[in-house]
Order: sequence, then C-alpha cells, then structure tokens
Amino acid sequence: MRPVRAHPLRRFILRRLALGVLTLFLVSVLVFAATEALPGNAARAVLGRNATPAALASLETKLHLDRPVWVQYELWLGGVLSGRPGRSLVNGEKVLAQVAPRIRNSAVLLTLAGLFGVPLALLAGIVAATRRDGAFDASVSTIALALAALPEFVVGIFLVILLATTVIHWLPPVSLVPPGTSVLARPRILVLPVLTLMLVIFPYIFRMMRGSMAEILESDYIEMARLKGLGQRRLVMLHALPNAIAPVIQVIALTFAYLAGGVVLVEYVFAYPGIGQGLVEAIFARDIPVIQFDVVVLAGFYVSLNIVADLLAVLATPRLRTAG
Amino acid sequence: MSRLARWWPNTATGTIGAILVLLVVAIALVGPFVAPHSPTSFVGASFAPPTAAYPLGTDALGRDVLSRVLWGGYRILGLAGIATALGVLTGAVIGVIAGYVGGLIDEIVMRLVDVAMAFPQIILVLLFISIIGAKLWLLTVMVAAVHAPQVARVARAATLRVAREDFVRFAEAIGTPFRRIVARELLPNIVAPLMVECGLRFAYSISLIAGLNFLGFGVQPPAADWGLMINENRIGLMGNPWPVLAPVLLIAVLTIGMNLLTDTLARTELGHGIETGPVTTNATPDIPEPERS
Repeated sequence: MRPVRAHPLRRFILRRLALGVLTLFLVSVLVFAATEALPGNAARAVLGRNATPAALASLETKLHLDRPVWVQYELWLGGVLSGRPGRSLVNGEKVLAQVAPRIRNSAVLLTLAGLFGVPLALLAGIVAATRRDGAFDASVSTIALALAALPEFVVGIFLVILLATTVIHWLPPVSLVPPGTSVLARPRILVLPVLTLMLVIFPYIFRMMRGSMAEILESDYIEMARLKGLGQRRLVMLHALPNAIAPVIQVIALTFAYLAGGVVLVEYVFAYPGIGQGLVEAIFARDIPVIQFDVVVLAGFYVSLNIVADLLAVLATPRLRTAG
Repeated sequence: MSRLARWWPNTATGTIGAILVLLVVAIALVGPFVAPHSPTSFVGASFAPPTAAYPLGTDALGRDVLSRVLWGGYRILGLAGIATALGVLTGAVIGVIAGYVGGLIDEIVMRLVDVAMAFPQIILVLLFISIIGAKLWLLTVMVAAVHAPQVARVARAATLRVAREDFVRFAEAIGTPFRRIVARELLPNIVAPLMVECGLRFAYSISLIAGLNFLGFGVQPPAADWGLMINENRIGLMGNPWPVLAPVLLIAVLTIGMNLLTDTLARTELGHGIETGPVTTNATPDIPEPERS
C-alpha cells in the first residue's frame, strides 16, 4: 500500500502556519527580553534615575520583577493571550481598555485607505498598462516612483501644507477626537490620514498591476482574442484581468503588512488616536505594559498578513492549487 | 577623471538622481560653514515670515530657519551613512558565509534572517529605543540591524551563483584558505548587487532616521535637524511654513534622488530596476513544487 501523503498544498499551508506561530513566539520572547531583561530594568525605566530604593522595590514586586525571568515571561504571555495584559503604569487603567479603541480607530483608517486606495491603484495600473509609454503611463509612473521614495510622514506633511494650513484651508491639520466619540462621527478628520495612506500604498500596487497586466496583454491568447475582434474594454476586464490580478493580490497583502510600521508615523503626523500614535505616547511615558502590548499587536498584524500574502500567492497559482 | 566618469550615471534618470543627491549632500556638508547665524541663537519673534535679513524667517523659538536648515543635515547624512555601511557589511559577510558554507549553518542563518524580517522594522527600532532611550548610537546600530538580514539574503543569493564558477573551484582545488576565498574570490564578484543594496539601504536609512528624528527619538533639541525641525515647527505652519517646508523638501529631494540613482545603477549593473518597499522587504514564499506521483 502506498503511504498516504498529504496534499502538497495542505503541507505548505501547515508549514507556513507553523512557521508563523513560531515567529510570533519568537517575537513575544524578543519583546519581553527587550523590555524586561535589558540593562536598566522596567522599574528603573519608569521611575527614573533618582528613584528611592523603596519605591523601586515596591514597583519591582508589582511588576513581578523579583521573580525568575521565565516566570515573568509566563505571567506576561498568559496575560496577553487571555486578553488581560495588565494595567498601564501611567494611569492604572487596564491596558486592553486603553488600547482597544485605538486598535479600532487604526482599523477604520486602514480599511478606508484600502477601500479607496486599492481600487484607485489597480485602475491606474490597468490604464497605464493598456496605454504603455503614453502620457498617462509616463506621468503616473513618475509620481509612483516619487511616492515610493518619500518617507510616509513626509507625504503626510505635504498634504497638510497643501490642503490644511498653507495652500488651501480645506481640512483640519490634526485629527482631534474627544475621548469616547467614534472617529467615524467626524469624517472630516479622517480625510487627510486616509489620503496619506492611500498615497503610501499606491506605488507598490500600481507598479505590480501595471507590470502584470502589461505582461498578460502581450500573451498569445490575448493576441488571439484581439485578432478575433474583441473590444478593448472587454478584452482587458474580462480576459486579461483575472490572470493579471493574481500576483497583485499578494502585493496588496504585503503592502498592508508594511503599514503596521507606517501607521506609527502617519498617525503621529495627524495626532490620530490609533495604536501607532498610542505606541509613541507610551514610549514617551515609559509605559511598559502598553508598549509591550502595542508592539505584540502590531507585530502580530504584520506576521499574519505576511502569512496571508504567502497563502494568496499559492492559491492564485493554478499549477499549485490543483497539484496533487 | 576616468574613474569618476565610470561612476557617473549614463542615463538621464541617473544624472537627475545624482544631481539631486549631490545638491542635498552639498547643502548638508557645506551648510554649517556658510550659515549666517548660529543654529541655536534667538534672533527674533517666533514664526516670523521671511525678511531680507532672515530669508526663510524664524522658527518656533525665534531662531533663523536658514541657519538651522544649513546646520540640520550633516547628522542625518552621517548617521544614515554609518548605519548603511554597518548593515551592508554585516549582512554581506553573513550572506556570503551562509551561501558558501551551505548545509546546516546556511539553514540556521537563513531561518534567523526570516524571523528578523518577520518584524515590522520601525517597530523593532522603537522597541529598543523605548528601553535604552533615544541615543544616536542605538539608532544607528538598530537601523544597521534592520538592514543586515535583507542584505544577507541578497548576498547569499549572489554568492550561490558565483560559488559554482570555475575560478572558485580552482581556488578550492589549490587549497586556498577559506578566508582568502571569501575575501578575494567571492566578495569582489558580488560587488554589483551589493552596490545596489548600498543605494537602497542608504535611501531607506534616510527615511527611517528622518522619521525617528521627527518622532523625537533621535537628535535631541536644541540641535538643528531636518526631521526634528518638521516636528518642532508644524504648529506654526500658518505663520511661517518655511521651517517645515524647507526640511521636508530637502528630505524629499534626497530620497527621490537616491531612488533614481539606485534604479539606474540596478538597471546597468543587474539588468533590472529596483523594487523598493514591501516587495523587497519580504521573501517570495518558497512555494513547493508539485510532486509527480
């Protein structure tokens, strides 16, 4: 009897998931080691250089710093996984209660940027590919090159100067939200951060869509369809697009993974109350439980989207999807 | 002269890139010597608009913007340069050794590289800054550490191609010591991809360090720095936009110029353009070949 072998696709998915879990574990160890075990422990970081020994000792007990390192790690990881990552050192609030609304706000930002930014970049890529080296292609490609080169916060500041403070005064330069209100209740404050993120993700998706579509449009089957007299729009949207979009989907996922870092700067530019700005504030306040939790959430988002990107890449390749 | 001519890019894009980069570098390096005022002395009211005496006006604390712009570039260029050199060198050595030695060492090193790249980069830097503090040496080391794994991956791939060549086989056959093979046979033959990496990493270093300075985790006040200036003065954009606009423009020109230059270098040396951003920060998945049964 032949041994039963796992489908190569399933084996790949399982291996990728296992690697993801391992990565997340190592990330958690790194976060913990960096914040707890580095010279100058957490208690000293919080209380500063002139702390009295008594204050240090009491905070060390509170943070379990007097216990062995692996027990500290276990306590901390258990707390994070069970949704109870402790309390803020600054105001004593529960970390989760403080961070959850910020995560929601960042999710709103990313969702809107994706909802508007991805179709825009895809459409620009398709049009550029169908009129290669034309005026539209040349100008949008140049803009994409510049956007890819610019740091995210520079894009944000340019938009502030252009649309809020100096050239025209349309929009609020900062996204101030009274605590307890939803960002969605104030769409005006969302415009600039969303626009910035749209521009940040544009070049990567545009380039991939353009390249992929241009390649497909040169293939034999498209030439055949063209010779049979198919209209340009039908040809591109119905015949070329399904094949051209596959590699782009992976890049979209990777681009959003990359925003795990990008939101920190963009949110800070607009004082937007998301997790990225929360992380910067926590670092200034030396609020270690919040820093740890924010970093784990952002890294978890990054790792997960990388896995999604890899899986999409495999699923979008028919040769692999149907192999076995 | 002929050496210089060889390095000067031979395309329009490359020439524009080189001019943009040289322009900003010149401002940053010559600036401190020609600045009309001290970058830290108070010369007027805050956010005063430009006048003949102060062509870019004053900043939040009433300091001369032009002088601060001229003083504010050399640190970021220096830090980015050191971080790039450190990161590319470390990554190259790791990648060449992993690619040449192969086997278990290669496997272990590349898995570690995977893990290092599975961390959002700026978050990694922020994590260490949050504990050790905003120190410039830490910033430089962390940015280098962010680069090293990516360079290692490129260096390893290039080494694998070179290591199969006859001249390496020959050097092995006549008993050339390992270190000599690495230094004399392998490294010189992967210079082209490493040069492209240097360009990419330098542009990214500028981006990252400017961002960290903007957040306030790098150069500390009252020192003048382009990233820091943007943050210090953005509340005064309505009064005098120049203390924000000038540094933003300089960072933009530098990063765009660097990308144009690197893209040209990649096209002439490697035969294809660069893919900056998330596409290069992630590995293409090692998709399994379907098995024939």
